This record gives sequence, C-alpha cells and structure tokens, in this order.
Amino acid sequence: MNNHILNHLPYKSSFRFVDNISLLSEDEVRGEYTLRNDAFFYEDHFEGNPVTPGVIITEIMAQIGLVVLGIFLVLKEREFNYMDDDSLYPLLTTTDVSFHKIVLPGQKVTVISKKQYFRFGKLKCYVEMLDSSKEVVAKGVFSGIIKKMNIKK
Amino acid sequence: MTRTEILIELKKVFAPYTTNKEMLDSINDETDLIKDLKINSANLVDIIIDAEAKYDIEIDYDSADKIINVGTCIDLIMEKLKQDK
Repeated sequence: MNNHILNHLPYKSSFRFVDNISLLSEDEVRGEYTLRNDAFFYEDHFEGNPVTPGVIITEIMAQIGLVVLGIFLVLKEREFNYMDDDSLYPLLTTTDVSFHKIVLPGQKVTVISKKQYFRFGKLKCYVEMLDSSKEVVAKGVFSGIIKKMNIKK
Repeated sequence: MTRTEILIELKKVFAPYTTNKEMLDSINDETDLIKDLKINSANLVDIIIDAEAKYDIEIDYDSADKIINVGTCIDLIMEKLKQDK
C-alpha cells in the first residue's frame, strides 16, 4: 500500500536496503529489510565470519527512517512532478547512533522512525532498529536533506 | 532588547554548532556563520529552530535566506521581535 514510495528511492540493487514500508504518515515511518545472505559486504566483513557492518546498519536506518519519510514529505509539500524525481537526491547531514546487538546474514530487521522536525527541507528523526524478537539492535538521531540536483553523467 | 544584548544571547545559540570557540568569543556583525564560524549549512536549520524557541518568534522561508552573518541574524531577530509587539 505504501510501497509506491519505493519507486522514488534513488538506490539500486546492492545498495537498496528497503523491502517493505508497513506504515507511513507525516510523523512516522516503519519499514522492514531482510539482509541478503549473498550481500557484497559479508565476503570480507569478516572473512569466514560474516557480520553486518555498522555502516550498513546505519544505512538501512537512514534509507527507511530518513529517506523514505523525507521523499514522502517533499512530494507532499512541493507537489513535485513525478517525472521530475530523477533529480531528487537525499544527503545525510548528521547521525548519532548506538549499536546494541549484531545482525547476521538472513536476519530481518524493522526500522521505526519518528519525526522531530521537517523544516527548510531538512528532516530530523529519532530512529530505532529492532530484530525479529523486537529487541533494539541500534538507535539514534538522524538528519538529512533532500536536494534537487543534477549530478548525473 | 538592544543589538548588544542579542549578540550575547546569539553566542549561546551558536555555541553547540561551532568548534571555533575563539572566533565565537570575538564575533561581530561581519562574522560569517559558514565561512568564519564553520557552521555546517544543514545546522543553520537547527540554529533557526533554537532561535525561534529562545525569542518566541517565527522565521519563515524568505527570512531564513537572509541569515548570512551575525549582523543579518540580529537584524532579523530585532525585526521579528518588533512585529510581535
């Protein structure tokens, strides 16, 4: 139902970390992602002992918690032409995350993000990632901006 | 509220967002928020929100564009404070 927003995400294939959006409003977003067993980072992080890197955990939280909600708000606010969103790019501006549990290949995680503010194009959220037993994997405050720019080719 | 009073208060607003503490101590109207105080441009939004709470004013999109240096910040705050009265 909310997954049409995924068509607007600029990430493709190996760097897209959103499977499903289960809740989306102006104040809150909830989404899920299942870590692929064959993801590119497991081969080397760590060799023979694959563990999801903290930067990937952070990226999953940012894509669901900040970018999905940010694009939703921007489309709503500015009535951007749907043909026009080729030039919409999210830029992460700050993160402050703490990590509490490790995430292994194949695990499904849920990200819940609550908006603190969205002003002058900047979105700031409190974001939590939970594992399938609803325990906190990571939590923190994220902010970013959605910019319209032509950085292609 | 005088310009000097606002300037003293503004230092407190900027403090969490700059690492250039020496520059912060000696700011004047010409001090550029991004170039001199090295404030991340995305943090200007946080400064606006903090200033709104501190002075109980509302800063709109057009006014936010005027925030370049300390002098234009003080101009804007004085203007908004006057409008509220």
